[in-house]
Amino acid sequence: MNATPTPPRSPLPAWEDLVTTALLGTDRRTPPGATPGRAAPAALLDAAAAETVRRRAGLRPGRAAPLPAPTAEDPRPALPVAAARRLAFLLADRPGTGAGGRRGTAPDLMELLPQWLTAVNARGFAAPAESLPALLDAARGRTDLRPAALEFAGPRALWLARLNPDWRFALRATPGGGTSLPGPAETERAETLWREGLFAERVALLASIRFRDPDAARELLAASWSTERAEDRLMFLDSLRTGLGPRDEPFLEQALTDRSRNVRATAAELLSALPGSALAARMAVRAGACVAVDHTLDTPTLLVEAPHECDAAMERDGVSAKAPPGRGERSWWFGQLVEAAPLATWPARLGGRTPEQIVALPVADDWLGELHAAWCRAAVRQRDADWSRALLGVPSAPGAGGPGAVSLAERAKLLGTLPVAERAEWVAGFIAAHGLSEAFQLLGVCPVPWATPLGRSVVDALNIARDAGSYPWSFSGVMGLAERCLDPGEATRLDALLAVPDEPEDASPGAGGYWAEAFQRLGRTLRLRAVMTQELGTPSPHRPASTSPSGV
Amino acid sequence: MTQQGVRWTADQVLALAPDSTSRKAGSKLGTADPWSGTGSSREGAVWGLCEGSGGTPYRTVVDTADGTGPAYTCSCPSRKFPCKHALGLLLLWSGGEGATPAERAPDWAEQWIAGRRRAQEKREAGATGSGSGSADPEGARRRAERRAERITAGATELEERLADLLRSGLATAEQSGYALWEETAARMVDAQAPGLASRVRELGAVPGSGPDWPVRLLEECALLHLLDQGWLHRERLPDALAATVRARVGLPTSPTGPPVRDHWLVLAQYDTPDPKLTTRRIWLYGTASGRTALLLSYGAAGRAPELTLPVGLALDAELSGHPGAGQQRVSLGEQFAPPVLTGTRPPGMTTTEATARYGETLRHDPWQDSVPVTLDNVIPTPDGDFWQLADAEGDTALPLTLAAVSRPGLWRLVALSGGAPVRVFGECGHRGFTPLTAWPTGPGEAVRLC
Repeated sequence: MNATPTPPRSPLPAWEDLVTTALLGTDRRTPPGATPGRAAPAALLDAAAAETVRRRAGLRPGRAAPLPAPTAEDPRPALPVAAARRLAFLLADRPGTGAGGRRGTAPDLMELLPQWLTAVNARGFAAPAESLPALLDAARGRTDLRPAALEFAGPRALWLARLNPDWRFALRATPGGGTSLPGPAETERAETLWREGLFAERVALLASIRFRDPDAARELLAASWSTERAEDRLMFLDSLRTGLGPRDEPFLEQALTDRSRNVRATAAELLSALPGSALAARMAVRAGACVAVDHTLDTPTLLVEAPHECDAAMERDGVSAKAPPGRGERSWWFGQLVEAAPLATWPARLGGRTPEQIVALPVADDWLGELHAAWCRAAVRQRDADWSRALLGVPSAPGAGGPGAVSLAERAKLLGTLPVAERAEWVAGFIAAHGLSEAFQLLGVCPVPWATPLGRSVVDALNIARDAGSYPWSFSGVMGLAERCLDPGEATRLDALLAVPDEPEDASPGAGGYWAEAFQRLGRTLRLRAVMTQELGTPSPHRPASTSPSGV
Repeated sequence: MTQQGVRWTADQVLALAPDSTSRKAGSKLGTADPWSGTGSSREGAVWGLCEGSGGTPYRTVVDTADGTGPAYTCSCPSRKFPCKHALGLLLLWSGGEGATPAERAPDWAEQWIAGRRRAQEKREAGATGSGSGSADPEGARRRAERRAERITAGATELEERLADLLRSGLATAEQSGYALWEETAARMVDAQAPGLASRVRELGAVPGSGPDWPVRLLEECALLHLLDQGWLHRERLPDALAATVRARVGLPTSPTGPPVRDHWLVLAQYDTPDPKLTTRRIWLYGTASGRTALLLSYGAAGRAPELTLPVGLALDAELSGHPGAGQQRVSLGEQFAPPVLTGTRPPGMTTTEATARYGETLRHDPWQDSVPVTLDNVIPTPDGDFWQLADAEGDTALPLTLAAVSRPGLWRLVALSGGAPVRVFGECGHRGFTPLTAWPTGPGEAVRLC
């Protein structure tokens, strides 16, 4: 072992001699200082025993390797004791260690970790040092945990990640984690790193500067733009999504002429998210030319005239000319134009109507689906709540639950542009009207804990599903969400559901028992979540609790 | 001493679990929800009813008062020991006063607790009454003589085998493989010399242990030869060394030293699992005597060893040393109070002092692989693929053993340090240092590394 403490220098070469003799055998070689024959092995062992004990007794510490640079100070307060213990529990409950199969009535601790991390980060606590390895291991296995886990883990975790290749992901996931990035004042170091750094370091540098000073990042990028490789240009350009603003327009406009088609498409997409940009205006003209109101019919109706060609100017503005298999070219081009045009185009173009009125207009010749889908994409890209609301419609509408003009995935994205209270209200209305089977995606965009009306509509719908005689695992997705997202204050409302009901004749056999078990787990999980929150104390006033959906 | 003072941490409770499945199942039951009728007594008993899958809840009682570790009873059918309900109940109890209020035990719990206390008193009375030796000293002497003769035959045979090996050369050991050693080990078991048997078994693993194996094999063969010779000439050895040889060969020892009363810090507790027998080692440090002592406890397959003393506790108790020079082994005698949580840390030394301590120990027991030491002011430092503990002041360092580097505890140690000096308790020997427990330089509890 090359890491053992240094043995003392031997005055005689005895030990090496003994080893060589032992390897060859005393029949071939007589040990030093012994007579050949029957006694030779014992003499060799005697000498080796003395030498072994001498060597061990004389051990001294070795030379120290260069000491690691200490980790940066973590100024955050330590976790309360009870919460630190909770963290150890949550981390001990690793997936794959259980018996598997039916979930039983015990809370699924690992599923509560994301929420716990959100809560602990909202309060600004530092992670206990000894928990960091388990925390990093958990984040390694679950990418969804990483941002919150790494925020909680703090600078010491990055320090650890530099020592353990298993945790490299932490360095990639944290801008500037791999190297200590130059600070705002270190212009020269930043420029050197930008010129000479590895690709990942340069991406991290650009992202960190962009976060701090969007213009400086763009200028840095513009200076070396022409010498970058196409794939790199694409990644660098993507960093402009952070803090995208009108001042990025000239640079993006220039990128529209890029040699790489992917770079051109990304530049066009970014420009179309700037409703005041020249590209948005050009798209508004093109899209506007395709849609008109026909007043000759009994009710005003939208007429769609899709473009007949995709000219060079359209292609330059990011329209992809080649339709995917199975799609008509003209409708493919049309969809892209409407998606990229500013939504403000339409009220002006369509007789001063509001978004609601426009969405309500009938559309001639089966163009409704194409047109509304493109508006949905535009509303999401431009984060336009008025249009999202109009396109979502009333949650109780018959079309909302089935395959309407707007798919559930699109609805979920549209909901994301609405204020959080409104989202919850809409989904509550949807569940009340259509039940749970289609609600999973929509619930995922609602903030945690669920607002009271939303939570009640979910519990009511679960209750109805039970009475209808189906098995709870048909709803295991929603049930799992409810465990993580229901307001713990609702736990008492579940008490009535815990008993095993008499089985109606048409019910699935045994379903009542499984439902009682599922509701028990739900109640237990909610109580546990309430305890976990108490253990953390009240959030610090300086950091507002996160409103983003978590644990989903 | 208050009830609150005795309460354990969750980490300490989970250390009782016989395996990781129980640990997980137990931690799930550590919430108030499935429990009813929970309570605890000032004397350290905890009870509760836990809802199971059946109709009748399980009745679980744990008695933490006994210094030899908690005792459990549970009406569940689990064969794990302690079962998940007992673990869950202790976790609940560790969480604070609220979950297990202090009150009178219900009848079903009280019966068991009272029964246990009675049995304990009887045991203690019996232990003092039995005095020294058995009823038939002459028979015992004859049995001991017969055993010594068998061991002598075994040691003589082993000497022959070692001589054969050295005659033909260690290079042949690589080809002859494991089977040869297994057979020899079995012969030593027959000779009633379990100490020789386990050393022989370890020899079998050396040729596959990486570069430089001939050096290690020669060292181990030589020390085995030394032990054989020690046994064969034990009458000519000083008493203490002869006792060491007897213990190393595998004769059972019983405590002979005078009982030492002290406040003993629990420095580390770890298990070495074997398919047949789990060995639990508990290192203690006497705050007044400055003595480091080792308690051993064994558990048959599937059962956790009975004695449990989680790291971070201190107990006011008497320990008696076993015979043998340089040996730290002790037996637990009378306990004067239940174990309490403590913030006291053992004093530490430098890496140079630690190796000197090891060398010193070899004078009394040349077969010693390592000694327990606390290093103070050391920084875990990467050294290529290896790790070392470097003195924060000075340029010397002890390498960590290969086994320690591959354990998750290494990273807890590194995380705890963050490049700053820490205090580390562990075993220091010719293979390097094995860290077992660490304390941060600032305030903070002991962190288990094993």
